[in-house]
Amino acid sequence: MSTITSEALAETTLLRFATAGSVDDGKSTLVGRLLHDSKSVLTDQLEAVERASASRGQEAPDLALLTDGLRAEREQGITIDVAYRYFATPRRRFILADTPGHVQYTRNMVTGASTAELTVILVDARNGVVEQTRRHAAIAALLRVPHVVLAVNKMDLVDYEEAVFARIAEEFTAYATELGVPEVTAIPISALAGDNVVEPSAHMDWYGGPTVLEHLETVPVSHHLTHCHARLPVQYVIRPQSAEHPDYRGYAGQIAAGTFRVGDEVTVLPSGRTTTVTGIDLLGTPVETAWTPQSVTLLLADDIDISRGDLLVPSKDAPATTQDVEATVCHVADQPLTVGHRVLLKHGTRTVKAIVKDIPARLTLDDLSLHPHPGTLAANDIGRVKIRTAEPLPVDSYADSRRTGSFILIDPSDGTTLTAGMVGASFAAPHPARDRAEDDGWGF
Amino acid sequence: MTPTVDPETGDDGGTDTPHALSHPDALESEAVHIFREVAGEFENPVVLFSGGKDSIVMLHLALKAFTPAPVPFSLLHVDTGHNFPEVLDYRDRAVGRHGLRLHVASVQDYIDRGVLRERPDGTRNPLQTVPLTERIQQERFDAVFGGGRRDEEKARAKERVFSLRDEFSQWDPRRQRPELWNLYNGRHAPGEHVRVFPLSNWTELDVWQYIAREGIELPEIYFAHEREVFQRGGMWLTAGGWGGPKDGESVEKRQVRYRTVGDMSCTGAVDSDADTIEKVITEIAASRLTERGATRADDKLSEAAMEDRKREGYF
Repeated sequence: MSTITSEALAETTLLRFATAGSVDDGKSTLVGRLLHDSKSVLTDQLEAVERASASRGQEAPDLALLTDGLRAEREQGITIDVAYRYFATPRRRFILADTPGHVQYTRNMVTGASTAELTVILVDARNGVVEQTRRHAAIAALLRVPHVVLAVNKMDLVDYEEAVFARIAEEFTAYATELGVPEVTAIPISALAGDNVVEPSAHMDWYGGPTVLEHLETVPVSHHLTHCHARLPVQYVIRPQSAEHPDYRGYAGQIAAGTFRVGDEVTVLPSGRTTTVTGIDLLGTPVETAWTPQSVTLLLADDIDISRGDLLVPSKDAPATTQDVEATVCHVADQPLTVGHRVLLKHGTRTVKAIVKDIPARLTLDDLSLHPHPGTLAANDIGRVKIRTAEPLPVDSYADSRRTGSFILIDPSDGTTLTAGMVGASFAAPHPARDRAEDDGWGF
Repeated sequence: MTPTVDPETGDDGGTDTPHALSHPDALESEAVHIFREVAGEFENPVVLFSGGKDSIVMLHLALKAFTPAPVPFSLLHVDTGHNFPEVLDYRDRAVGRHGLRLHVASVQDYIDRGVLRERPDGTRNPLQTVPLTERIQQERFDAVFGGGRRDEEKARAKERVFSLRDEFSQWDPRRQRPELWNLYNGRHAPGEHVRVFPLSNWTELDVWQYIAREGIELPEIYFAHEREVFQRGGMWLTAGGWGGPKDGESVEKRQVRYRTVGDMSCTGAVDSDADTIEKVITEIAASRLTERGATRADDKLSEAAMEDRKREGYF
């Protein structure tokens, strides 16, 4: 692959993706290889890696050092936080959330997956699908990442055998499909040797599919543009009150889902008042239509009371408002979440007081078993919660809308982000609860 | 806006057909969302503005985010005293044109008062931290926009869009809040503030492409010009009263341009004939060095130089 030339600097689309893999699966090597082989690593970065590798007495440059930015990580040879990487090919621009794979870093994987259109899950061909792999698949399913890639790594250590790959791919796909992952693409690779990462492998003639990079370049990124409920959380009211614009009053926000058109009848939530869209300002340019994720300013027919935190929705397609939110959450803070905990809940652009009414279950990702009434959730726990909010919220199901079906809980005392929440059922496919002791009746 | 062909639907950008946004549009929309989020949640935000290309793009995005109303933030420049005159001139014109309020925190002041000491190497970039943090405290700024990008440097790759700083402006990578979806958490205790990086997900090339697309004017020093320079530490530095050339360093006239604009003492020029934005983009796309690696002496100090300075409250 050649370096990007100026004539190829046309505008392309953007893919946000995340990686997940256990320690020693070779994830950093895969990422390093993607950056290196797509010519995204520049000379000085490579020299720095070579210097650092040599000073550690390593013979070859350790590509993992390209992505480990903090001193503690370099010293311990681990990744302790999400790192963001950027690279481009003539076909697409990429933002990669590189997330650590240790058990205690579930929260980082959830963070990376929350904005990802695609997740690459790595397994070691010698070990196949392990508990950690099932956990990664469950997180991808939980966060409803539209595309999942299974990269079966270290194929060089199993003599590039098709049977090994096929067995792992089949087992993983069956499991992921059961969880409701809509699409799995399995690719046999060797990150170390470079097979099927950027260049097709010379060792695996039996594989006829795309390399990892080819797949990343071609996977569709325009999901749910039109057939999704339209939602605009109001961020800010623009009122110049100038001689030139004495009566301009625009409602600014980033469209969280769907499409708005001039002439649409819209309802303001939670007040329930209705009006009509008379204009859409796309950062200074009037347009007839706008869609997610554009940042726009809507102009409305009636002068009604609308402020930051309100949600504009099509009148014919409005969500119900509720003060009782049931959700699957990932607890991301060190201090535990307990029943009775008073918190702030941020949904879209609205932050309201809330109280944790109940924690009906904790979910073990390894086997999806339910542990009824744990009382608290510790860091990296996934669980079901019932929350009562001080004001009605227009929440969607996370299955319908990742932006308006998600929320975070915040500690009012110090502002810590406590919990990531997804409204509604956890997984797309109903799953029999493995824990026979008590079935709380949620469709896992 | 130039119409583009959507590679997925073959749509030619007819504005009425929803399609995947082009990457500059996606990055622009995200940055605007960040600006508006801060305007909605903070009392007293300020934009760090140096007259360099990243801060110019930030200002352009802020203007677009609130149009037709004025930008609801003031600007802050930490002046090292070694800035390029072309850049200061640009800064003052931009402030005047958009009717903005500019705060200047001066490193020279601190040196004159004996609060800060000149470093033996003459570099003043690391000296910016104290004037910056003191001005943030004095003015009670609660959100400070910076033009930092995660692609610039390894420690920055770990930075959040909303980055909490304590009352000493310190950055603690272990105290960072997870950022989920696009739900930014700006809550902070009195005395603390949040550094906000709307260009987090942009690369150097994205910034240049956006400047070209939007027709944004830049200080001339970003384009090839004749300049008296001398070589130090493998970089072409501008000759001047700030501390160069010294004995054994010789001045020569060269055709150069700047990829980044910081302090004269640590910002190097590169040999270049690129005198238009298209030529600059072509050169950058073909370059085999990162922006900082090519031009910033201060980041090469140690493997963890940036991490350490960020902890102390640097940008």
